[in-house]
Amino acid sequence: MGLDIKIPIGMLFSILGLLLTIYGAATNGEAMYHRSLDVNINLWTGLFMLAFGLFMLLLAWLDKRKENKSTE
Amino acid sequence: MENSFMLGWIDYTIIIIYFAFVLGIGWALKKFMKSSKAFLEAGRSLPAWVTGLAFISANLGALEVIGMAASGAKYGATTIHFYWLGAIPAMIFLAIFMMPFYYGSKARSVPEYLKLRFDEKTRGFNAFSFALMTIFASGISMYALALLAQTILPFHFTVNVLGWHMTPFDVYLFISAFIVLLYTYLGGLSSAIYNEVLQFFLIVMGFTPLVILALIHIGGWEGLKTQLDVVATSNGFQPGAWTHTWKYMGHAATNPMGVEWFGLIMGLGFVLSFGYWGTNFLVVQRAMAAGDMTAARKTPLIGAIPKMFIPFLVILPGMIAIAMTMDPSIDFSLPMKGNSYNYDTVIPMLLKSYYPIGLLGLGITALFASFMSGMAGNVTAFNTVWTYDIYQSYIYSKGSDKHYLKVGQWTTVVGVLLSILTAYVARVFNNVMDFLQLIFAFINAPLFATFLLGMFWKRTTGHAAFYGLLSGTFIAAIHHGLTQPAGATSLVKGGWLVGGHPIHVYPSEMAQNFWTAIFAFSLALILTVIITLMTKQKKSEEELKGLVYSLTPRIVNKDVPFVRSPEFLAICVGAVAIVLTIIFW
Repeated sequence: MGLDIKIPIGMLFSILGLLLTIYGAATNGEAMYHRSLDVNINLWTGLFMLAFGLFMLLLAWLDKRKENKSTE
Repeated sequence: MENSFMLGWIDYTIIIIYFAFVLGIGWALKKFMKSSKAFLEAGRSLPAWVTGLAFISANLGALEVIGMAASGAKYGATTIHFYWLGAIPAMIFLAIFMMPFYYGSKARSVPEYLKLRFDEKTRGFNAFSFALMTIFASGISMYALALLAQTILPFHFTVNVLGWHMTPFDVYLFISAFIVLLYTYLGGLSSAIYNEVLQFFLIVMGFTPLVILALIHIGGWEGLKTQLDVVATSNGFQPGAWTHTWKYMGHAATNPMGVEWFGLIMGLGFVLSFGYWGTNFLVVQRAMAAGDMTAARKTPLIGAIPKMFIPFLVILPGMIAIAMTMDPSIDFSLPMKGNSYNYDTVIPMLLKSYYPIGLLGLGITALFASFMSGMAGNVTAFNTVWTYDIYQSYIYSKGSDKHYLKVGQWTTVVGVLLSILTAYVARVFNNVMDFLQLIFAFINAPLFATFLLGMFWKRTTGHAAFYGLLSGTFIAAIHHGLTQPAGATSLVKGGWLVGGHPIHVYPSEMAQNFWTAIFAFSLALILTVIITLMTKQKKSEEELKGLVYSLTPRIVNKDVPFVRSPEFLAICVGAVAIVLTIIFW
């Protein structure tokens, strides 16, 4: 149906991941998980989301490249 | 609003960005909506991984996330039966045996399949009851979303709109309805399906850190097991009753569900799950939107893979929440509601306890996403059934394709407005909703018997299907009216035919539901066979080609190697389900 859903998924997760990563890094300490676990959960979730978003964009780009090659 | 969350600017930013993307997808698809097929059937052009994830996501609505977490706390690991026994066999059956008929017959909906296979009255009965059910389900999702938003968002205001003093509940309800309306109106079924895929990933990403943090806090799986043994023994069960799925299913009194193995396997594992996954157009529609027969058959199987692991996202938090509530060394407790815990607060309470500002926005967005996928899924299914099976069949059959495209678009508006109305009915008359839910359960219980005979016995006639369906619905109501679950306090729970003096008392409401389904299915099956033998088949074998197993050529796709076939995927899915069942036996 004309739209590669991997692109909006990749963009959304990249943007949200980047936002959480920057926020997590900037508020280190304040954004720390506030119980017994010593981990900056904003930072790690943000990085994971960013990686997932970029992975989806990479898949979309590879698909597009394959499609272009086959039409040539 | 003592439960409201402290949110920061980043949380609101995350929520706003998500909604912008949801609407953006609808907007991007608008230019492709040039025919009723594009709008109502997604042009039958989507890849299997998209329809597969949408197949699961459409089912991942309010009931699933909030309700299953609550059940996880209340019944422990036995709740997982709804995901493994109560879903995987049915999804495999749908993929291998039923999809070839749905997709190959070119029926545009499940009711239309009934029309092609049986007759107009069977289609009419299914179409009208399904249309009502989708509006009901969409309204319930809308109501639940507004209620949740009112509870967790820290806003207190009233807005005067044309003399109506709108509370936060009203505002959240209308905002969510407007967003769903906008993206389904713009992009039709494609927009709903694409957004369901987006929502699926968001739900996974939003809840996974919650499970990890809470599980680490309670001391990992071993710590959780130790604490859940305390929960089990304090409720009068053997230690392990909250962490095993099958071990205590020998007798209804030995497990928290109050169900014995036969009722569970026949009621949930066969009648209810095959009836839901195999005949409910809401989920089948996703598979029918696939690009080709192989993709359509793979759709339920691809959906089955995440389905098997969703319990770790939605049931496990419930188990952790009840375990932590019982652990005096952990500062966490579920709030009380009357004499028991308010299990519906599991997810919001865990989010509040474990997520800092930032991640909280993601968690809340994931919750909203799950509610909205439930709403949009129902609205798009309502669209298709109303336009094709009711409007085109009974009201105006000679319109152009453009005309039906317009009808489909306006049906979206009407569907959302009716959902809003239903949400307010749910708010004012809780008992009415319980009653409606009961009626729909009666209608659904015998449905699979009709499809089973229709697809696998070419002799089955239209009269037999219709009267078998009606009698199954009738016997479901009679069975419910004669029996009650233990501890029932109102006639909505059963016994209404005998003035609250039931002829049989089931150990739990779940057991009563499972056995109601078993009785309805059995009677519908027997009566359909008897009436078939007494009536004449009006359809020729030529007409039934592609609709009945014995008259449909087997699918042989020599271009696709076996390891890429739906059959191989089905074997893999079945094997994983068996391994998981053994691990958590």
